[in-house]
Amino acid sequence: MGQATVALRNFGSAESLNHPMLTRQHALELFHQVIRYSTADETEALITSNRYALTRFANNSIHQNVTEDGLYLSVRAVSDKRMARAGSNKLEEGSIRRLAEAALELAKLQPRDPELLPMPGPQLYRGVDRFYPATAELSPQERAETVAGVIRRAEEDHLTAAGVFSSGASATALFNSRGLRAFHEETLSEFSVTMLGPTSSGWAKKTGANHLELDPVALADRAARKALTAAEPHEIPPCRYTVILEPSAVLDLFGFLVFDFSGLAVAEQRSSLTGRVGQKLFGANVELLDDVYHPLHLGAPFDGEGVPRQRVTLVEHGAVKNLVYARQTARKLGVEPTGHGFPLPNDYGEAPMSIVMEGGRHSVEEMIRATERGLLVTRLWYIREVDPYQKIVTGMTRDGTFWIEDGEVRYGVKNLRFNQSLIEMLSQVEMMGPAERAAGEESFEMVVPAMRVSNFNFSSVTKF
Amino acid sequence: MKEFAQRALNTAGVCRASYADVRVVDYHQRYVSTKNGQAAGVRDHESLGLGVRVIADGAWGFASTDDLSPDSIDRTAAQAVEVARASALAKKHDVELTFEDTAVDQWESPCRIDPFTVPVSASIDLLLKVDAELRRVPGVTLAEGAMDFRRIEQWFVSSLGSEIRQLRTQTGVGYSASSFGDGEIQKRSYPSSFGGQYQTTGYELVEQLDLLGHAPRIAEEAVALHQAGQCPQGVKDIILGGSQLGLQIHESIGHPIELDRVLGDEANYAGMSFLTLEKRNRLKYASEIVNVVADARPAHGPGLGIFAYDDEGVPAQETPIIRDGLFVGYLSSRESARAVGLGRSSGAMRAEHWNRIPIIRMTNVSLQPGAWKLEDLIADTEDGILMETNRSWSIDDRRYNFQFGTEIGWEIKGGKRTRMLKNPSYGGITTDFWNSCDAICGPKEWVLWGTPNCGKGQPGQLMGTGHGAAPARFRQVQVGVAYGH
Repeated sequence: MGQATVALRNFGSAESLNHPMLTRQHALELFHQVIRYSTADETEALITSNRYALTRFANNSIHQNVTEDGLYLSVRAVSDKRMARAGSNKLEEGSIRRLAEAALELAKLQPRDPELLPMPGPQLYRGVDRFYPATAELSPQERAETVAGVIRRAEEDHLTAAGVFSSGASATALFNSRGLRAFHEETLSEFSVTMLGPTSSGWAKKTGANHLELDPVALADRAARKALTAAEPHEIPPCRYTVILEPSAVLDLFGFLVFDFSGLAVAEQRSSLTGRVGQKLFGANVELLDDVYHPLHLGAPFDGEGVPRQRVTLVEHGAVKNLVYARQTARKLGVEPTGHGFPLPNDYGEAPMSIVMEGGRHSVEEMIRATERGLLVTRLWYIREVDPYQKIVTGMTRDGTFWIEDGEVRYGVKNLRFNQSLIEMLSQVEMMGPAERAAGEESFEMVVPAMRVSNFNFSSVTKF
Repeated sequence: MKEFAQRALNTAGVCRASYADVRVVDYHQRYVSTKNGQAAGVRDHESLGLGVRVIADGAWGFASTDDLSPDSIDRTAAQAVEVARASALAKKHDVELTFEDTAVDQWESPCRIDPFTVPVSASIDLLLKVDAELRRVPGVTLAEGAMDFRRIEQWFVSSLGSEIRQLRTQTGVGYSASSFGDGEIQKRSYPSSFGGQYQTTGYELVEQLDLLGHAPRIAEEAVALHQAGQCPQGVKDIILGGSQLGLQIHESIGHPIELDRVLGDEANYAGMSFLTLEKRNRLKYASEIVNVVADARPAHGPGLGIFAYDDEGVPAQETPIIRDGLFVGYLSSRESARAVGLGRSSGAMRAEHWNRIPIIRMTNVSLQPGAWKLEDLIADTEDGILMETNRSWSIDDRRYNFQFGTEIGWEIKGGKRTRMLKNPSYGGITTDFWNSCDAICGPKEWVLWGTPNCGKGQPGQLMGTGHGAAPARFRQVQVGVAYGH
């Protein structure tokens, strides 16, 4: 045993993190301190704790390896129809007092908002179990050993691996002076890998509450096979092609549409759905809902004000059926809140953050076999909104784009830029696979299928 | 704060880290916004914590905490060492760093009016006055405004013996008018889009911008865009306004020159770069009139990328990036500089908070001004489009193929600014585009624009960067690409 190991033991195990994980009882004690010092008409405490670790690798070597540990309290004070929020991670008693006072002082400096609703009272929540102790406690050694295995897989084919393996746990408590008590804890893990060859790359990613379900070696193998198949990519002319979008590509595109299902966004006429609610905007095979209780989703069963989240059908048979509403938006529009509000105050109102798109029964392989000429897209990159009402977005393909001919993947192609209306795209969905928990880099996780879309508009090509 | 940092440093040494640095960061942010005649929200946020970065067994480890009790600091430092030892299970070689001198110093960014001393009610009053001016114009359906103030105090200590305290104050402000009608949403923003202008300065930025004076024009343009002609598709000369050119610099010069991208460290997320090592001092990146520097020194101006020392304790520098069109320099760290044989880091390691490791980030990547005046440049352009204020931006993961959209355009015919154009867009390949630059406006029109939320790294980090730019002309560029079929 070396001297360094002795020294480490004297300071405790690396995984004996500094804050104990936030419990409901600890959160309640912090809330009681806030209440003791708050003289606001109404007071809300939002308390979050976060333990997170990430091992990052590139060039077949771990090059970054980090952990963090934090506990944060924010106080929302309401006084005479005025509201403000102040937050801090300085949680000794004097700081909590200062925080409660600061929130109230900031609130008093604002004009009255006659429409401001009182805080909600006690609510009943549906239980969700999304905490896996083994994922919360995964050690840096375990992550490093997994990464070493992935690097060995890369080296078998003379590829270069880059990616991340992360794990952690978070807890959220939302309590208010009208008796609302909401608490949620969950774990999160992620494995993402890019395999690089001399002229090509492949990518795969998975996230979930339980790290044992990620299967990093299988993801590495998938990314490696994509990189090998894509080697020496051909350049094809940009034009409209039939395209098979893998679930990661679908979710990253959807991320630029789902915020338009906010009731406030429609009311403020900044949504592409303004004047279109109730219309059949998409193809009849498009069914979209928001469901935080879906077994593949993570997330708390309550929103930023503590309102229970509801399952909401957003699109039914291609028609825009419902929007989601925070309490304040719902009051303004004369509808019932759906439990999708962000913590107050905010500029956006609400959004569906647990998207589920009903899929079909076709595997990606079946879609390929049924395609005479088209493209298979692994993932998309740097998507941005070009036109907010036509809902045109632009972006690039990345890390595995393939030409399909006569039902087979023939070769990799150089990456292409697209400019595509999402409304038009969802009217041209020809085939879908089963919905799965998908992860990308441009949007939050969703449960969506792979899909084949006709006439997807590619406008230019890049050099690799 | 310094005592916390020293304790962590000592513990890392006891745990036999071969190198350690510690940052203690005290962060304070205040955000004030208005929307359609209402105060939309006031949020005050502060965060104090400590991050320990070590090398042990030849590999990096990092741990962070906001529990600053002595026991917690010790555990965090020990944890960083243990994480480094785990990293060593999958290393190809030992980490090596360029030499750096010890620095013991203090620095505070210039700030005439501390924004945290300005009453929140005064900020809201001003934003509400702007809001009223915007909504006075019929057709404006949404008016939004915001101010964002940040105060970042940091102690950095390292096992080299460095002890550096820095205090930066940043101010951001902007507003927009949106107009929905005729099946489209049009928007104009001032002084720039996506939050407005951000600088490392105090509330004086708000006072300098004459927010109220520009509001009627912005509102009228937002509404008038509905009746404007669609930006044509084809090849045209374009003149980019300063803020749009700032983002063009950010995406197509600033990111490609980050040496961690070049070396593959960001391959899984932010992407790599076409600027492979053999291109330095060989690639004609741009036309001969183009000179670009990365300058973190306070003398460069109040950009979001100024500091006295980076987050590895390397002094702020001016690094030539493009000299007379030739690519000559990268943004680097002590590790990446050593890896490619550079004698010294360019001092570009920056971390978002105490709970993030420093990574290579842009400082102020600026295009040096030329000598033109905008009115002369327009008069010198036969058939072109003036494009102003960013609306969308996208570039591939090696930074070749880009596409931008702007809020507004103006057709130029025979040296005259003629009709307004809506939905302008342009695209191209980075080096082709920069080699087509044939005119740059002068110092009077050069502004140090701020990009406050540049994302990079895993876990993700946001960083503010600065980009000095004056309007410039680019010949024969593809326009209208975003709406093309």
